[in-house]
Amino acid sequence: MTNLQLLWFLLIGVLFSGFFFLEGFDFGIGMAVRFFAKNRDERDVVIQTIGPHWDGNEVWLITAGGAMFASFPMWYASLFSGYYLVLFLILVALIFRGVSFEFRANMQTDTWRNFWEWAASIGSFCAAFLFGMMFVSMIQGMPIDANGNIFGSFTDYVNWFSLVGGVAVSLLCFIHGLNFLRLKTTGELRDRAQKWSKILYPVLLAGEVVFVILLYLTTDFFTKKPVSTWSILIALVIFTLAAWWGAQAKHDWASFIASGLSLISVVVLIFNGLFPRVMIANNSANSILIKNASSSPYTLHLMTILTFTILPIVLIYFIWSYWVFYKRLKSPRAAEQ
Amino acid sequence: MLSIGLSMLWLSRFQFAMTTVFHFFFVPFSIGLAFIVAIMETVYVIKKDEVYKNMAKFWGKIFLYSFAVGVVTGIIQEFQFGMNWSDYSRFMGDIFGAPLAIEALAAFFLESTFIGLWMFTWDRFNKTIHCLFIWLTAFGSTLSALWILAANSFMQNPVGYAMNAAQHKVEMTSFSAVIMNRQLWNEFPHVIFGAFLTAAFVVAGCSAWRLLKKDHENFYRKSMKVSLIIGLLACMGSVWSGDTQTRYLINNQPMKFAAMEGIYKNSTEKGDWSLAQGTKGHQKTWSIEIPYVLNILGHHSLNGTFKGQEQVNKELKAKYNKNGETRNYYVPTRTLFWSFRIMAISAGLFGLVAIIGLWFNRKKSQSIMRQRWFLYVMGLMVWLPFIVNTCGWFITEFGRYPWVVYGLLTIADAVSPTSTVASLMFTNIVYFLIFASLGAVMIILSHRVLKQGPDSVTTDGYSSKPEKTSKVDPYEMGAAHND
Repeated sequence: MTNLQLLWFLLIGVLFSGFFFLEGFDFGIGMAVRFFAKNRDERDVVIQTIGPHWDGNEVWLITAGGAMFASFPMWYASLFSGYYLVLFLILVALIFRGVSFEFRANMQTDTWRNFWEWAASIGSFCAAFLFGMMFVSMIQGMPIDANGNIFGSFTDYVNWFSLVGGVAVSLLCFIHGLNFLRLKTTGELRDRAQKWSKILYPVLLAGEVVFVILLYLTTDFFTKKPVSTWSILIALVIFTLAAWWGAQAKHDWASFIASGLSLISVVVLIFNGLFPRVMIANNSANSILIKNASSSPYTLHLMTILTFTILPIVLIYFIWSYWVFYKRLKSPRAAEQ
Repeated sequence: MLSIGLSMLWLSRFQFAMTTVFHFFFVPFSIGLAFIVAIMETVYVIKKDEVYKNMAKFWGKIFLYSFAVGVVTGIIQEFQFGMNWSDYSRFMGDIFGAPLAIEALAAFFLESTFIGLWMFTWDRFNKTIHCLFIWLTAFGSTLSALWILAANSFMQNPVGYAMNAAQHKVEMTSFSAVIMNRQLWNEFPHVIFGAFLTAAFVVAGCSAWRLLKKDHENFYRKSMKVSLIIGLLACMGSVWSGDTQTRYLINNQPMKFAAMEGIYKNSTEKGDWSLAQGTKGHQKTWSIEIPYVLNILGHHSLNGTFKGQEQVNKELKAKYNKNGETRNYYVPTRTLFWSFRIMAISAGLFGLVAIIGLWFNRKKSQSIMRQRWFLYVMGLMVWLPFIVNTCGWFITEFGRYPWVVYGLLTIADAVSPTSTVASLMFTNIVYFLIFASLGAVMIILSHRVLKQGPDSVTTDGYSSKPEKTSKVDPYEMGAAHND
């Protein structure tokens, strides 16, 4: 494994971390549209909190996918073709939730407004759930042949562990979204979001315990890398507790950062467990390794130069755009006064 | 076994064609409209005439719909290389992935961030800064076209690479060669001019429909003027870049050129150009021909000849069938032939309508309001750019059959070995239903925006009650209660 290959493995991890941190609360807000907000006025506000941002957040996924294609074509090809139907359903979910924000505002009947609100909520939930399911089933090991093709059966994709993973990730995203709402709103919405996350955190913690048990039973993470795996899991639990504390103590920022970091710890856990592989095969001889999966040194070198030139500029205006919309949105009741 | 293999390939190809064509309804429209809106807002900044601000907001709203659909269908594009064409991805990742990743990094972040800023900050920044946001969006979308076309151009004309035979893949040896690919610099201007043309004629056509109802005359006549000027220039640019591109094909992809012109036997010095023809089994059955036009179009002179498909096929067989393959290199001639004619004839029509429209719509005249037949024609032409864009891609993509990467990888070798007919059937049907509904919603919403008219414009939020919040920036609303 060369340094460049290692760097790109880490960069893919960084891009997916960025995606889950940002799109995580996007998904959560999407779910909140129908599962949390009580009436149309509240839903207006809830959607407006991510109005200027959802599109840019989704670009993190496109960038992660593109970067994976460029730096690890063998990984991209195996993963994307092997998870054909899962990714197809993710795409359908992303399509519905993506257009829903734009379309909903201009529907003239309540039926259609409801339809697009449900599209936002169910689409966001399904996308988060399926991403969780996909990554969790991936680390259990898949039936990969010598050419890197996955010929999996239903239970390779859908099993107890992957279902728990899906639920855990979508719940985490939902709470992350509620924490974002606490940051961006005032009054009743903010108070209720805080109340909800206080209640939901114990549920999430229980889910994390089940997750760790299943991780222990079905993956080689604990035998191959016990120290790092345990450290990351402890970090995950600490972040969860910190966010919970933030919900109790009305520390909106602490909760939001902590829930974001818990999502990132999940990504780190997966990438740490994968290393030095990118895809884990049931037959370990067929596992796809970082050293075999990458592009040529020329392309990696090129991509490194370009990424380290462009990404800092992107980050500057990306963060600036959040700063522009820093202000809180009023809760509907307060707005009418 | 064979028939199953073939239909899996066919279904994968159908899926790619369907998603790409649908995606490409919105891409050129968004690119072009971003520029038109940017120009409108710039005129507002310079002239300080509120009508141009309303124009930017109003057409900007339709732009936002198109942009949203373009984004969500774009993700399908990126994913399906891996999902449906995994062997292609393994073969090409070294070269194809890089422009794709740069497209996301350099272009998608730019356009998505600044469109968000543009949408929600009409009253928060000074005019010039706000106008800069839409220009950056437009610039980002153009940049994205450049990168994805760089990737496509490699598939049409591979340069700057070396074969890694052991691992059966291509490797990049020169990034600058990939970027300086002549194919790219023929393709890119044509796509961009096409994008301007698309948006210009949609705006002009929608304005024409509203003028037929005598609605907001000043507003729509100004919209029409701006868009027709852009449309006329774009039409000239399209013809020029189309001509360069076609003549480039004569040597670079002679089969594509011969099929576009329907030439089977080598052409004679007389240069007969088929206006229309029937074909069967690589033979012309009938044709309407005009002498010398072929030479004028292809060689810009009265003399010269062109290779027919029969000879090109022989040459390609000699070049590529070295290991005893029996493959032929004919492409779907009828599709290419008619696509080219639709494109060329439409170009003439666009130019003519733009000139007449600008004349009727001149400042001191009322003729545009009296010539109702002309407004009908222009209104109907809203749909034509989308057909023409599709034709252009039909020529480009069908014209490299049987290759997916010209001379290096065939389409049959590119498909995912893991795909199944059942899953492809399922996904094709669902995609089709989704695209049909999205298309319908797009049309209904755009129509509704047009009917509501420029007085009700709000581009500043996702409120379900536009009339209530249209005057207020939602982020300003919360300002008072900031803690």
